[in-house]
Amino acid sequence: MGEEVRLTNSTTGGPVFVYVKDGKIVRITPMDFDNTDAPSWEIKARGRTFKPPRKTTLKMYSAGFKSMIYSDKRILYPMKRKDFNQDGERNIKNRGKGLSKGDPLADYERISWEEASDIVVSEVNRIRSEHGPSAVLSTPSSHHLWGNIGYRHSAYFRFMNMLGFSYADHNPDSWEGWFWGGMHMWGFSWRLGNPEQYHLLEDALKHAEMIVFWSSDPETTGGIYSAHESTIRRFWLKELGVKMVFIDPFYNHTAGLIGDKWFSPKIGTDHALSFAIAYTWLTEGTYDKEYVEKNTHGFGEWAEYVLGKTDGIPKSCEWAEKETGCPACDIRALAREWAKKNTYLAAGGLGGWGGACRGSHGIEWSRGMIALATMQGMGKPGSNMWSTTQGVPVDTDFYFPGYAEGGISGDCENTAAGFKFAWRMFDCKTTFPSPSNLNTASGQHIPRLKIPDCIMDGKFQWSGKGFCGQDIAHQMHQYEYPAPGYSKIKMYWKYGGPHMGTMPASNRYAKMYHTDDLEFVVSQSIWFEGEVPFADIILPACTNFERWDISEFANCSGYIPDTYIQCNHRVVSFQSKCIEPLGESKSDYDIYAMFADKFGFGPMYTEGKDELGWMEQYYNATDMPKYMSFEEFKLKGYFVVPVNKEQEKTVALRWFAEGRKKDTPDWGPRLNNQIDGKGLQTTTGKVEFIATSIKNFEEQGYEDEYRPAMHTYVPAWESHHCELAKKYPLGMLSPHPRFTFHTMGDGKDSFMNDIKDHRVLVDGYYYWIMRMNPVDAEAREIEDGDLIRAYNDRGSVILCAQLTERLQPGTVHSYESCAVYDPLGAPGKSADRGGCVNILTPDRYMSKYGCGMAPNTAQLEVEKWDGGTYEIY
Amino acid sequence: MKQWYMVIDVATCQDCNSCLMACKDEHVDNEWPDYTEAQPRRGHYWIDVHRHERGQYPRIDVSFRPTPCQHCEDAPCIKAGDGAVRRRKDGIVMIDPERARGNQDLLTSCPYGAIFWNSEKKIAQKCTMCAHLLDSENWLPGVPRCVHNCPTGSLKMVNVEQAEMNKIVEAESLTVLRPELRTKPHVFYKNLHLCEKNFISAGVLIDEDCFEGATVTLKSHGTVCAMEATNCFGDFKFDGLDNGEYVIEIDAGGITVSETVKIDNKSLNLGFIRL
Repeated sequence: MGEEVRLTNSTTGGPVFVYVKDGKIVRITPMDFDNTDAPSWEIKARGRTFKPPRKTTLKMYSAGFKSMIYSDKRILYPMKRKDFNQDGERNIKNRGKGLSKGDPLADYERISWEEASDIVVSEVNRIRSEHGPSAVLSTPSSHHLWGNIGYRHSAYFRFMNMLGFSYADHNPDSWEGWFWGGMHMWGFSWRLGNPEQYHLLEDALKHAEMIVFWSSDPETTGGIYSAHESTIRRFWLKELGVKMVFIDPFYNHTAGLIGDKWFSPKIGTDHALSFAIAYTWLTEGTYDKEYVEKNTHGFGEWAEYVLGKTDGIPKSCEWAEKETGCPACDIRALAREWAKKNTYLAAGGLGGWGGACRGSHGIEWSRGMIALATMQGMGKPGSNMWSTTQGVPVDTDFYFPGYAEGGISGDCENTAAGFKFAWRMFDCKTTFPSPSNLNTASGQHIPRLKIPDCIMDGKFQWSGKGFCGQDIAHQMHQYEYPAPGYSKIKMYWKYGGPHMGTMPASNRYAKMYHTDDLEFVVSQSIWFEGEVPFADIILPACTNFERWDISEFANCSGYIPDTYIQCNHRVVSFQSKCIEPLGESKSDYDIYAMFADKFGFGPMYTEGKDELGWMEQYYNATDMPKYMSFEEFKLKGYFVVPVNKEQEKTVALRWFAEGRKKDTPDWGPRLNNQIDGKGLQTTTGKVEFIATSIKNFEEQGYEDEYRPAMHTYVPAWESHHCELAKKYPLGMLSPHPRFTFHTMGDGKDSFMNDIKDHRVLVDGYYYWIMRMNPVDAEAREIEDGDLIRAYNDRGSVILCAQLTERLQPGTVHSYESCAVYDPLGAPGKSADRGGCVNILTPDRYMSKYGCGMAPNTAQLEVEKWDGGTYEIY
Repeated sequence: MKQWYMVIDVATCQDCNSCLMACKDEHVDNEWPDYTEAQPRRGHYWIDVHRHERGQYPRIDVSFRPTPCQHCEDAPCIKAGDGAVRRRKDGIVMIDPERARGNQDLLTSCPYGAIFWNSEKKIAQKCTMCAHLLDSENWLPGVPRCVHNCPTGSLKMVNVEQAEMNKIVEAESLTVLRPELRTKPHVFYKNLHLCEKNFISAGVLIDEDCFEGATVTLKSHGTVCAMEATNCFGDFKFDGLDNGEYVIEIDAGGITVSETVKIDNKSLNLGFIRL
């Protein structure tokens, strides 16, 4: 028996100590700091001194990660679909056949890496020689397992850019309304429409009297990647007597922990509430008139509209009560208290974001949030948009890149490598980046949300190339598939299988695999789940606990510059290869290195380096060597970045409120987007209640009913207002899951399935939960724990009913991102009992030219499940 | 001798289940010889988070009660164990896997439902307070895994002499589950009223506006139990109430109203009271 050793690694839910013995992981824990680690910061406010705990926190899915490593859903060797023959009958219509029989594995046979890679290489080369590289489609899941070398922006892009491919661009799904709406009002395009959050913790500890959490549940989302780091900070604020108000259709987990008052607007009506608050301030004269006069554009015309002078509809609290179901008196009381008290608006989980931004009212909700923050003088002490998740006084001078800074790809077009990192990483004498010639604005790319439409219909048109935040108007650029002169897609090299649980109207993603034009499908994945069982060839990847890597706690960077200011300490991790890859699985880097060799560009891909070799190069491109050598870092396993006492505390938007030059460490605006370093990124430099960029667009002929130039009350197109609601009266909220990180942590026979509020065991099967008010349940003769069918014209999902008062009647709640896709009959057509509620959500774009997704407003009906399979065609 | 106690604050538990995850991480697939066999992958809740919802939309709250083995001083499982269950000198109650094999009665002996059956190994299993770690000098955190993982500080360990613990219980108003059983648990709770008692809440309106600063008095059998001023939403909330009849008297700037309500195992949202 060997000794137990303590190694280090990191996850999407926090860095970890990993105890390993005899080649097996014994336990995974948060990190406790010791006396050799740098001291923590202190904030003095209201007679108290606040200091963070000397340890990291960990999300549930990271705490239970061991069960995902040792899971019976792991793919342990390469597999081939039995009736797929690349030289003969491909039996495309049989893709996913086994799913309908509840035994997808039966469709596959084990093959060697040699055979699998030979088939992939010969198919890719055949297709490339017949159609060119653009015929190869590829896209990974949004959130790779943690680690900046192995991440999709890094090892994946380095490989795919060399191979050549059509990329399915990820839509800015966390930002949507802020991206397609908010950005036109206040800029921040380099943050996709979200605001900066520097030093707001100290500001709030000193000045906050009330925080309005609107579509914000940091105890669930933790901002992003930052585990429970901010929990203690909300406790501090609570202890200081700060009033906590929650606006969310669901009485969320943060509300449950610290809430003082809860508003539950009907699905798709949050913006009616924000208009009524603005109306109250306008009629009672309780907004910051001087600030508004100085810092806004189009406010006067907008105010006339709010008061009903232009459309005859005063947006009063009584009007809003009819829209939202929230009592007018409560809305008015909130508006008055807000105007009276130093109030921070936590709009979403990250100062921006929030499930409401992913509703069919997302554009106007986001603009409504900016309108309210502006009317109360955001940036002044005690007034800001801040979600309690960022603004910690850690050192922002110390340079360590996040995963979105490209890692070993150096792809300056599709990652943030061009901001700083590529120039530090590649000397272009001995080591070179891997830019793309195809995955560019002028090459071929398609939107991830419309992969099925492109594949099945062969043509598509849309606006904006994925995460395009280089400038406000970039999202207005028009694209089509196939791109002029390029080939249609013939094969798909998919990384991971989460689309069934994460993309709206997801039956489309199953149906797509039966398209004859899609000649070949490869799935590279760690787990056999989701849409993986549609592939012709399956390549087994390993987890980040089975490979080497390097990263920092909650540092993704890119469109969330300085994301690590969510954490109580900056923690850089040496991610140890704790165990050997299970079975014949390999790290992504090793898989790509192997293929690069077979495609003839091995030396260019690896430059002779393995993962440790790249890690050392990466390490030396950061500020880490100022403190320790790579060898010392490897031995210690982690590093706590010291507090920088020299650094000035520059508060977010204070410069704007005071009419000064921007002084925060933020990444934008570009010099050419400001005049004399002052003002916002918008054309006028002000908060634009009538957006210049949208007005320009309108004048160019792009009228958009659901995104007018002026911030307007546009009723959500899928909500209690719409025709569909007569047939499907229940509005579904489907927020980010509580216990997993999207599909990460769900299914896979993981520990998380035993959490009672995650899945419920009924007759030997772990069902996904739908929450509903007892009033709605009683009307349908549904009891707590019953199996129910939630359905609309898009499909059916079998769920377990949980009766709760945490929703107003008429609203149901079920988390998005189930990892299990388990159709009871034909895939893409029959009811799913895995729990993919995104089968029920709309795939319609937010607006004609606002090409974001709106899954958080879905109308449906619910009934007791009679055991049927409910196939629709 | 110093004893181990666990103190759980219901008010700061948010049902994240980090405790359950840590417990499974430590015990599933890991055997700790002389302490416990490995926990089965599924179905055991050595720490079980109970959900408790009170009130009616929209005046509600939701609380959670993590429930591990209560490590009772007079543990019914010790009596039922016929020598297979023992209490260590430091207060931790342990099941000896060998001597307890086949004894399924241990499960029903526990009034807290904290013992689980391992059908494969035919043994009863439960929380050990991670005694194998508490006994190890190499375990630097020095607390059980569930406590170490808890992000809110809802779970805490105390290692003190019994007399010292009595003082803590007094000072912090700690209570135990089902004290009437006289099992003398070593797991204490704070704010257990959130799960065991009820509240009355409503909003006070005058001229369809929320009225802040109304004086609300709660009386039971003519005696004043509590007084509160309404907040900016006109809301008041009296918590920690036993079953029975109560009178609520509201004085909003001279306008008064009184209402009689009855709590019967259910918290009450009285909606808006218009004066």
